[in-house]
Amino acid sequence: MLKWLEKNLPKIVMAPAVGLIGWFVYGFVLWTLYISFTNSKILPKYELWGVGQYIKLWGSRKWLIAVDNLLIFTALFLIFCVVIGIILAIFLDQKIRAEGVLRTIYLYPMALSFIVTGTAWKWILNPTLGIQKMFIDWGFENFTFDWLVNREMAIYTIVIAGVWQSAGFVMALFLAGLRSVEDEIVKAAKIDGANLFTVYWKILLPMMRPVFFTSFVILVHISIKSYDLIVALTQGGPGISTTMPALYMTQTAFHKSQVGLSAASAMMMFMAVAAVIIPYLYSELRRENAR
Amino acid sequence: MKTLKIEELSKNFGATEVLRKINLEIDEGNFLVLLGPSGCGKSTLLNIIAGLETINEGNVYIDDYNVSKVEPKDRNIAMVFQSYALYPSMNVRENMIFGLKQAKVSKEKIEEQLGKVSKFLQVDALLERKPSQLSGGQRQRVAIGRALVREPRIFLFDEPLSNLDAKLRVEMRREIKKLHQQLKTTVVYVTHDQTEAMSLGTNIAIMNHGVIQQNDTPENIYNKPSNTFVADFIGSPSMNLIKGNLKQSSDKISFVVNGSNLEIPINGYDFKEKSNLNNKEVFFGIRPEHIFFKKSNDTDFEITLRADLSEYIGHEQIMTFNYENQEVLAKFPSTIKIELSKDTKLYFDLTQLSLFDAKTEERI
Amino acid sequence: MQGSLQSSSYKQLEQKSKYTNIFLRWFLYFVLILFASYFIFPLYVMIVTSLKTMEEIRQGTLLTWPSGLNFDSWAVAWGGRGYGAGDTYLKPYFWNSIKMVVPAVFFSTFIGAMAGYVLTKWRFKGDKWVFLFLLFGCFIPYQAILLPMARTLGVLGISNSVIGLVLVHTVYGIPFTTLFFRNFYVSIPSELVKAARIDGAGFFKIFFKILLPISKPIIVVTVIWQFTQIWNDFLFGSTFSFGEAAPIQVALNNMVLSSTSVKEYNVDMASAIIAGIPTLIVYVLAGKYFIRGLTSGAVKG
Repeated sequence: MLKWLEKNLPKIVMAPAVGLIGWFVYGFVLWTLYISFTNSKILPKYELWGVGQYIKLWGSRKWLIAVDNLLIFTALFLIFCVVIGIILAIFLDQKIRAEGVLRTIYLYPMALSFIVTGTAWKWILNPTLGIQKMFIDWGFENFTFDWLVNREMAIYTIVIAGVWQSAGFVMALFLAGLRSVEDEIVKAAKIDGANLFTVYWKILLPMMRPVFFTSFVILVHISIKSYDLIVALTQGGPGISTTMPALYMTQTAFHKSQVGLSAASAMMMFMAVAAVIIPYLYSELRRENAR
Repeated sequence: MKTLKIEELSKNFGATEVLRKINLEIDEGNFLVLLGPSGCGKSTLLNIIAGLETINEGNVYIDDYNVSKVEPKDRNIAMVFQSYALYPSMNVRENMIFGLKQAKVSKEKIEEQLGKVSKFLQVDALLERKPSQLSGGQRQRVAIGRALVREPRIFLFDEPLSNLDAKLRVEMRREIKKLHQQLKTTVVYVTHDQTEAMSLGTNIAIMNHGVIQQNDTPENIYNKPSNTFVADFIGSPSMNLIKGNLKQSSDKISFVVNGSNLEIPINGYDFKEKSNLNNKEVFFGIRPEHIFFKKSNDTDFEITLRADLSEYIGHEQIMTFNYENQEVLAKFPSTIKIELSKDTKLYFDLTQLSLFDAKTEERI
Repeated sequence: MQGSLQSSSYKQLEQKSKYTNIFLRWFLYFVLILFASYFIFPLYVMIVTSLKTMEEIRQGTLLTWPSGLNFDSWAVAWGGRGYGAGDTYLKPYFWNSIKMVVPAVFFSTFIGAMAGYVLTKWRFKGDKWVFLFLLFGCFIPYQAILLPMARTLGVLGISNSVIGLVLVHTVYGIPFTTLFFRNFYVSIPSELVKAARIDGAGFFKIFFKILLPISKPIIVVTVIWQFTQIWNDFLFGSTFSFGEAAPIQVALNNMVLSSTSVKEYNVDMASAIIAGIPTLIVYVLAGKYFIRGLTSGAVKG
């Protein structure tokens, strides 16, 4: 008995972690999957109802708006974060005097919660006392900046705040990537007569392919899950113009008590994330095995 | 006209002085090796020649033109790096022609150069491969090829062989030597490996603590080291440095080790300065390979020492003897049997002798 | 390319490179500082606004300097106005968050450390799959587990309580902490463990006496990561606890959204700063570890 215990000690120690994750992650996802095939309202029902919830979901105007918003947000969020992140990383890589200070400034938003971020930007973007008033007081009397309360534009305020929060992070990833490149490569390129632009464009950025990939995965992941920022900034409004899937899911579940429908929307999100993550994990694992 | 001239060059990183008043000259077609332990400043010096590091004081001339502030690409040089520094995202062809493309050389000329060099280095079958698909030796060839296509005035090599395994290193060493014999381009080559330095260089500059200790032909470096650092650095095992005093009388001069009466006559030694030699404290320098187990020359000096240790290394053995509590190493063929802990007759070849001032550590 | 250039052309080259360099440097700093101001702007506005009175806010602009160091709105944000109903302030929720963060960080870090230790130093058949099994937990969108979690907490009788949140954060922290420790222990030579085994040390002794003492850097990274994530969480907090037991981010959001009286932006900003200060302090003091956590396990949204 004691011998058996000793031999299996590592597995026994592993058991709580595996058990907890097995139950709370995999078990729960399966439960949600099951419920998405039932006609559950306030309380879960366990008779299968087929794919009715999914049909309902994709027939819902609010969900379609949410998906639309997600696509717009993800595209802009990705582009701006990556472009700003790369520019900052490359510029910071030029033996800048106050690099430490600048890096700290670019990255501090990552330490703040989306609620704090949202609260701050909500105040800055509010049309009566925020940026709009600042410009009017400066003499631009016809300046209007009412995106926050404008149905068409409100989604872009979420992009502004989101990019503000995450661009520094992309900068950190790229800076780490650039710093890991051997000095001699840059020296060789200088001797070959490449100017700074060519060194980055032709040599270093092509070497950053894994970093691009990682940033892409992480940013898409963040944007699919984005919830807090919208709650704090617009609550999905004006109207439902800035609804996103995560918000749709919680509202349907906890305010409208449509448990089956919200489970279906959760599964759609799950599948979207899986579509990005599984190839990523696969390639990461392959890279590690090759090492 | 000197192909490369370095004049009173100093360099510091912050408060640390990396190079101090370096003076160097290379004639057309020569192969200069910068040799020294890690941290001696040899790589920094090479980077300065390439224009990759700035200068604090002094100047660098290429073909008598001061290039101290000229960009690397305009210096007409090419460099081969320790890590090869091939661009990972480009294939071999793109790697090799990258420099020519930057210099806006015509397409025909690029193709011609590429064809010539890749055939010469036998990498013409690898042109479409990525660096990650090449072996160490192949990468090394491509790196050299990338330097060759530019037809530079000076080749700079920064420890190009130290990432290769022992066998390949010897092979590549020979190839670099052949390359230099065929092309006759001026080379500056940095290494910490004395065998590489000896076999490749027409000149060797030995560096330590940012100062050139000796700049000479390999033969002189080996036979007439200018100070104890060079004596110790070159040769394996390194030169025996036996501490003692000089004794000078009217027509005779000899060396006496501390605590012994035995006088070793050194009348034949070619002193730089003949005065004030009496009672001078010196190091008596003799290489292990210049100590024999039987007399072969009349000038050989017979001495009896106790054998303490024998290290067998295949074709030869290294014996350690005790000379008044100083260790003396000798290299013998491994066929010789010498009993340990017994007195043994040895013969010092005094024509190969070096003497150093014990205080200044300079050759006298 | 053979042959030598003329000295005059060398001079020109020198000049040219000098001017382009100077121009480039100025441009570089200009862009860097421009972005720095974009990033610092909201923080500046938050601080300045929190020190103003509402009167000043209405008269000035976002950038106007406050008339003096007026901490009234901070006091209101922290301790309320002192009248009964409808007076929301952060103090009790701040303590809720502390009570939630400390045990959750401790448990998740400890479990992750043990798991990382086993996965690297006591390898068993299929351990790679077990790691992958845990790793996937880093990425799931939590919406997919919200419904069953709410029910489970209800069944356990700990819904709407700090203990419930401790459980939730511990569980969903495990994938990250395991990832951190596993990646750290992989780089530690197995010879260390072998030597200890030959010396007669057992499973726990090796962990506590040999690995844990050299794990300080990764413990710091993990603790900072978990602290930041749990402190900043809103989704779990707002879903599983709403009243008295709410953590600070939920309370902040409620305060800002409450439309009972006139909007007091200065109090809102003071509240936001109070909610953000703990993580900001950690970031400023241990930025290096914070960034290491971000770049090695940066997956959570």
